[in-house]
Amino acid sequence: MFYREVGQFKTSYAADQALFPILQDRIGLILILAAAGILAPLLASAFVIDSIIMPVLIFSLAAIGLNLLTGYTGLLSLGTGGFMGVGAFACYKLTIFFPQTNIIVLIICSGLFSAAAGVVFGLPSLRIKGFYLAVATLAAQFFLSWCFIRVPWLYNYNVSASIEVPTRTLFGIAITGPNASPVTRYLVVLAIVTVMTLLASNLIRGRIGRTWMAVRDMDIAAELIGIRLLPTKLLAFAVSSFYCGVAGAMMVFLWLGNAESESFSINQSFLILFMVIIGGLGSLLGSFFGATLIWGLPIVLRAMPAAFGVSISASTIEHITFMTVGALIIFFLIAEPSGLARLWQVGKQKLRVWPFPY
Amino acid sequence: MRAPTGQEIAAGEILLSVDNISLSFGGVKAVSGVSLDIRKGEIRAIIGPNGAGKTTLLNIINGFYHPQQGRITFKGKSRSRMRPYEAARGGIARTFQNVALFKGMTALDNIMVGRTLKMHRGFVWQLLRFGPALAEEVAHRRVVEEIIDFLKLQQVRKIQVGKLPYGLQKRVELGRALAMEPELLLLDEPMAGMNLEEKEDMSRYILDVNDHFGTTIALIEHDMGVVMDLSDRVVVLDHGIKIADGAPSDIKNDQAVIAAYLGVAH
Amino acid sequence: MDLLYKIFIDPPVQMGAAPDLLVQALWEGCVSGVLYALIALGFVLIFKASGVFNFAQGIMVVFAALTLVGLNGHGVPAFLALAITLGVMFVLALAVERVVLRPLVNQPEIILFMATFGLTYFLIGLGELIFGGEPKVMISDQLWLPGGAYRIEIFGGFVQLQKIDIAAAVIALLLVAALAVFFQRTRIGRALRAVADSHMAALSVGISLEQIWVIVWFAAGIVALATGIMWGARSNVSFALEIIALKALPVLILGGFTSIPGAIVGGVIIGVGEKLGEFYWGPLLGSGIESWLAYVIALVFLLFRPQGLFGERIIERV
Repeated sequence: MFYREVGQFKTSYAADQALFPILQDRIGLILILAAAGILAPLLASAFVIDSIIMPVLIFSLAAIGLNLLTGYTGLLSLGTGGFMGVGAFACYKLTIFFPQTNIIVLIICSGLFSAAAGVVFGLPSLRIKGFYLAVATLAAQFFLSWCFIRVPWLYNYNVSASIEVPTRTLFGIAITGPNASPVTRYLVVLAIVTVMTLLASNLIRGRIGRTWMAVRDMDIAAELIGIRLLPTKLLAFAVSSFYCGVAGAMMVFLWLGNAESESFSINQSFLILFMVIIGGLGSLLGSFFGATLIWGLPIVLRAMPAAFGVSISASTIEHITFMTVGALIIFFLIAEPSGLARLWQVGKQKLRVWPFPY
Repeated sequence: MRAPTGQEIAAGEILLSVDNISLSFGGVKAVSGVSLDIRKGEIRAIIGPNGAGKTTLLNIINGFYHPQQGRITFKGKSRSRMRPYEAARGGIARTFQNVALFKGMTALDNIMVGRTLKMHRGFVWQLLRFGPALAEEVAHRRVVEEIIDFLKLQQVRKIQVGKLPYGLQKRVELGRALAMEPELLLLDEPMAGMNLEEKEDMSRYILDVNDHFGTTIALIEHDMGVVMDLSDRVVVLDHGIKIADGAPSDIKNDQAVIAAYLGVAH
Repeated sequence: MDLLYKIFIDPPVQMGAAPDLLVQALWEGCVSGVLYALIALGFVLIFKASGVFNFAQGIMVVFAALTLVGLNGHGVPAFLALAITLGVMFVLALAVERVVLRPLVNQPEIILFMATFGLTYFLIGLGELIFGGEPKVMISDQLWLPGGAYRIEIFGGFVQLQKIDIAAAVIALLLVAALAVFFQRTRIGRALRAVADSHMAALSVGISLEQIWVIVWFAAGIVALATGIMWGARSNVSFALEIIALKALPVLILGGFTSIPGAIVGGVIIGVGEKLGEFYWGPLLGSGIESWLAYVIALVFLLFRPQGLFGERIIERV
């Protein structure tokens, strides 16, 4: 009854191709952004912001990156963690070299370093297809992981092989380092993620997104239409790694405040891949859903025993979390291979015809 | 523009010719020493029993397969092998025997992909979208909508092509090929799996394309009625070799052709 | 110039200067190669028979080993524990077929591959829950596996061949031979190959997919158990093995995803390449290059032969 499109006519192609063609969707989006930008800083505790909202946003961005590569272009990648690490370490070195430069600019620049790494490790994609390409990305992942430990220059020869984030400011307010408040950091993350998500959706809706999907669906036919495969695939690697790199830099600089090489290991790659699968391959919205579920589930599971008054050891909860995530993945693949995003679409469809059943 | 007449075709230039083309896969000789030409503005049928090498020939013209021998001349330029990008850029478009649509996308998007070569706004504009990229998108959308009107696909344009019935899929594929504004349109069994009504529709579309846009068409087809009605000239392949070449009426009565299809009496 | 010298001249010189060390390195490489091949074998079995790349093979290896050690730790005699573990692997095979494979019949391979991801995580959680996360010692003595080493004088120096390594090589080769015969010669083997080609076609000729899959996953479970025992005997049983299992991927690329003898060949190439690389070129780059060297070797191979060493050239038809 509320979610009808009655009376909403598109009078131009541009309007038809808009991001949120339905008025109710637009209103919903504004409400969400308002809640995120205004209500959350005012009402949510620092704990919730620091442990739930910020990591979900950051991982969503990484998931968007992987989704662009795997969901839209069909190139399976297991190197996400490594590319995130490139962004993080690049940002660190850049701010050591240019301490006066605005940190947000540097975070974006570190994405470029990730993009370069992505292009280099994506070169084999011309010759190698499908599953074999995943092995090439594994090579990238393990090699980069090794670099993060064995190249001391990256972490400034720090004895513990980790990096500590220095204080950086914006308009006089500290946004990184130990003095920055969670709210400040959160607002910066929110701004960056919002803008980058918008840019990603622009790409997807236009020529480049269609080219990627064509390569994914049938690269032979795409080639015969005149799409050049290597530049298309390399662009996918570049953009995807850019997003992962920025996510990695944000993870270290705006969320954790420090990092070690383990933060960017193969397990991180798997984590992001699960977010993409459960959220929905080929859906930007799905990336957010997947990140929320995969990140939020362990937190909920950890909090549940206390809520019921039962005490279970932390390690047992870890194990149960693993089992639940694994079971969820299988469940989703059986029930809805297109992930949470598809469930959301189905839900909206039902909402459209509500209160009628169909 | 209107379709050229028989005399105009005969007098016209050769758009594409292949010269002594041979290709083997392992021990199988798919195509052996085939030479044929396609003149501007005509509808050329390529027929023959199954396994004759017809699709292989189209694949060679497209640049998907590379011949081991022979040359391909397109618009005056001769080469020993075609590259898919060059073929597409040069104006060769194609439909496929087993519909090669992008199953994950809508019909509209599939046809829009056909416009890719004509869209030039770079990466940065695409990121921004607002401005030149959007204007380009809208302009090409207009063209695609005309094609959708032409092929009567309005109802299904926003539906994922994987969900469409076979006949509609083939029409979308034709739309995608037309979106490339090709000079040479290669159709691989466009009527396969269609009923009489659908075949008549498709024939009408093919004729219209040749009529309105002057597109040269090469068409592989099994339905003899269609071949006789539509084509200006016919070439017959059997086991990778050309066995006949000429006007439809001549081909119909050619002994070698009849033997190839029906077998020889012992 | 100096760098070129270090890359191309130094290592061969070192190899020649101490040939007994070279032989030792080659032997170690072959042994680890054989062990990689064992892991790869489990992958090949399942891929050959169902077209599914079973990412969970690594965790199955760990799980099998943990079950064995765990049972024995509770007082069950070694060989009885072995039998019970086999039973557990059979039940696991049944469960996987029922819960994961049957609902996903005819889905594209990538979906099945991701399902095995889910299975992996599930088994990791389950394994840690039941057995705990600390490394365990394999019960080699109770299983009559030999200990100690042979010391052979050679080239003016000596090499040490661990008896357990020899045992591992022998067992692996026996398994490979047995499985190769099984696939080529028996009726069930033929059915397995049919299923790998096309589920639908196999169904249409009356092959029971469920039975085949249970057989295959059980066979993979047996291989996993053998692998777990051998790996565990040489180092110990821990969840780190699960990541090492990823090394099977370069092996599979070289040896082919469906070739049983290929698994051995690929394994030995990777094992030897890795050992030699780490030993002679490692100091140049820093330690620990074996974490990625195998993948880079596979990558280089792929660039020249995209279908792997033993794979068939894929002819794409439009």
